[in-house]
Amino acid sequence: MSTLGELAQVLRSKNAGPFLITIDVMFDSMDIFQRVAGSGALTPAAVAERYGLSAQDVRVVDYPRAKAIKITLPRLWGTRGAGSSGDRDVYGAQQHAPLLNLAIP
Amino acid sequence: MTALFYPGACVNDIANLQPVCPMSSQLRLIAINGMLGYGYPAESLQRGMLHSPHFLGVDAGSTDAGPYYLGHGVPLTAPRQIERDLRPAMRAAHGAKVPLIVGSAGFGGARPHVELFLSIADRVAREEGLKLRAAVIYADLDRAMVQAALTQGRVRPLAGAPALSAEAIAASSQLVGQMGTEPLIAALDAGVDMIIAGRSCDTAIYAALPILRGFDPGLAIHMAKIMECGAQCALPLAPNDCLMGVIERDHFAIKTLHPDRRVTPESVAAHSLYEQPDPYLIHEPEGTVDMRDAEFEQIDPQTVRVSGSKLIPVSGAPTIKMEGSRLVGYRAVTIAGMRDPNVIANVDVISQRAQEMAFSNLQGVDLSKVTVNWRAYGRDAVLGDRDPDRQKAPHEVGLMIEAIAETQETANTVLALLRSSALHCPFEGRTTTAGNLAFPFSPSDLAGGAVYEFSAYHLLETDEPAKLFPFDIVTLGARS
Repeated sequence: MSTLGELAQVLRSKNAGPFLITIDVMFDSMDIFQRVAGSGALTPAAVAERYGLSAQDVRVVDYPRAKAIKITLPRLWGTRGAGSSGDRDVYGAQQHAPLLNLAIP
Repeated sequence: MTALFYPGACVNDIANLQPVCPMSSQLRLIAINGMLGYGYPAESLQRGMLHSPHFLGVDAGSTDAGPYYLGHGVPLTAPRQIERDLRPAMRAAHGAKVPLIVGSAGFGGARPHVELFLSIADRVAREEGLKLRAAVIYADLDRAMVQAALTQGRVRPLAGAPALSAEAIAASSQLVGQMGTEPLIAALDAGVDMIIAGRSCDTAIYAALPILRGFDPGLAIHMAKIMECGAQCALPLAPNDCLMGVIERDHFAIKTLHPDRRVTPESVAAHSLYEQPDPYLIHEPEGTVDMRDAEFEQIDPQTVRVSGSKLIPVSGAPTIKMEGSRLVGYRAVTIAGMRDPNVIANVDVISQRAQEMAFSNLQGVDLSKVTVNWRAYGRDAVLGDRDPDRQKAPHEVGLMIEAIAETQETANTVLALLRSSALHCPFEGRTTTAGNLAFPFSPSDLAGGAVYEFSAYHLLETDEPAKLFPFDIVTLGARS
C-alpha cells in the first residue's frame, strides 16, 4: 500500500477556466501509471468523497501517452468563480492536496 | 546584430503576405513566451530569428488571475515588463519584415487594455525609429446584441458557470468575446506589420496565418495550443522562454530555441493536459481539435514532430466564448499572527465573537451589503472544511480578516472594528489579556481596492463571428 503522493512524479491542480479545477497526476514509469490507473482507487466516487462532492461532478480520464491521469471538478471556492468573494485559491494551484494521502493498493 | 539571417533566408512580401521563399510548403513561427511581460532570454529570440520565421506571436492575456484585471481594465503584468518584452520582438519582426501578432493585448483584452497596450507599442516604435502599419482589433461586445442573444436562447453557460442574467450583462464593467482566427485572418489579409488584438483565443494568435496559408486547421490549432504557453512544454519547462513551431502539410514540429531546453514526445503530449479539462479534445471557435490519434515523434533532442490531429468542424451555429467582469464592492484586509496555543485553539471563537461585537458597534452601515471572510492560515485557509488535516493543532496561525463593502471607506471602517475586536476578544481561559494578535505592520490595515467577479463566462452563438471583431488600421511610431 502506498499513497498517491508517494507514487506521483507530478501532482498539480490549476483552473481550467474560472469555474473548473483540473488536477493532473503524472507518473515517471508506465508500470506505476498502470498500477494506479488499474487499482480502482482513483475513481470519481473516491475523489468526490475527498472533496465533499458527488461522483457525477467529477471526471477522471486516463492519458497513457503522458503516463498521466486527469481529474476535473467544479471550483470549490468563491461565490461566483475564481477571484470572487470567498475564494481561497484564485489560480486553483493548491487544490490537489486532499489527494496526496489517497491510498493506492 | 547583423547575423540574424543565414544565406538564402526567405523574406516575406508583407504587402500581399505571399512567401517569397522556395520552401512555401513550410511555415515557421516563434512564440516570444507564454505571457507577455514574463520575460525571455534574448539569446532564444536571436536563435529563433536565424530560422527566418514567417511571423512572431505572443499571448498577452488570461483569465487565470481572476476577474479584477478584466473588470478594472488593467494588466497583471507591469507595463514596464510588457515594454521590455515587446521591444526586442518589435525590432526583430521589423528587421525580418514579418508580422508580429499580439493576442489579448493588455491582459484582459477589453478596450482600456488594448489602448494601454497601443500606447506602449507606439512609444516603443517611436523610440526605435520604426514606422509600422498595425491592425487594432477590438473584442468588446455590444450589450444590446448580447441581451438579444440571451432572449433568443443563444447564450449558454460554460461548464460550472451559473446562468447569465440580463442584469449581469448590464452590470458588467467589461464584456468581451474571445476572437478566433477569422478576425486575425481578415487583419493579416489587409497586409499589416503588427496585429494588436483584444481578447483572443490563445490558439488564434498562432493558427491564423497557417490557416490563411492553407495549412491543415487541426494541425495548426494543435500546434498553436502548444505554442501559446511558450516553452512550457519543454524540459525544463518555462513559460518565460521562446518556442518555435514549423508546420508542413501533414505534420508540425515543436522546437526549443534555448540550448539548455529540450522536448520529448511525452513532454509535448503532456502539455495538452495543462489548464484543460480534457487532454484529447480542444474546443475552439473553428471546431473541436481531436488529438486522440495524434502521434509524437522525437526528431532531435530539441525537436518533436506531431501528426494526426484533426479538426472536427462546428456542426451547429458558430460560438464564441464571452467573458464579463462586474464590480461587487471594495476590499479592506489585515493579517496577523497567533502564536499562543490557547489563542490558536480559540481562533473560531475569536472570529465569530469579534464579528458579532463589531457588527453590534457599527452605526449607519447596511450589514446585508457587507461580506466578512476569516482565514486561518496554518490550519485550513486553502482548503477550508475540505482540508483532511484541519484537526491537527498548528503551532502558529496567520489570521486574515477581510471586509468587502459598497465603498472603500465602509470596508475600512468595518475592518478597523473587526481588527480591534479580534485583538481584544475575550474567550474562556484567556491569559493573553494584552492582545490576541501579532501584527506585522503599522498601519495594520490595507485597502485592497475594487473587488470584481466574473459576470459572464458563456458561449454566445453568432452567425458571423468575424463581424463581432472589427479592426482599425493605425500607424505606430514615426510620424511623417
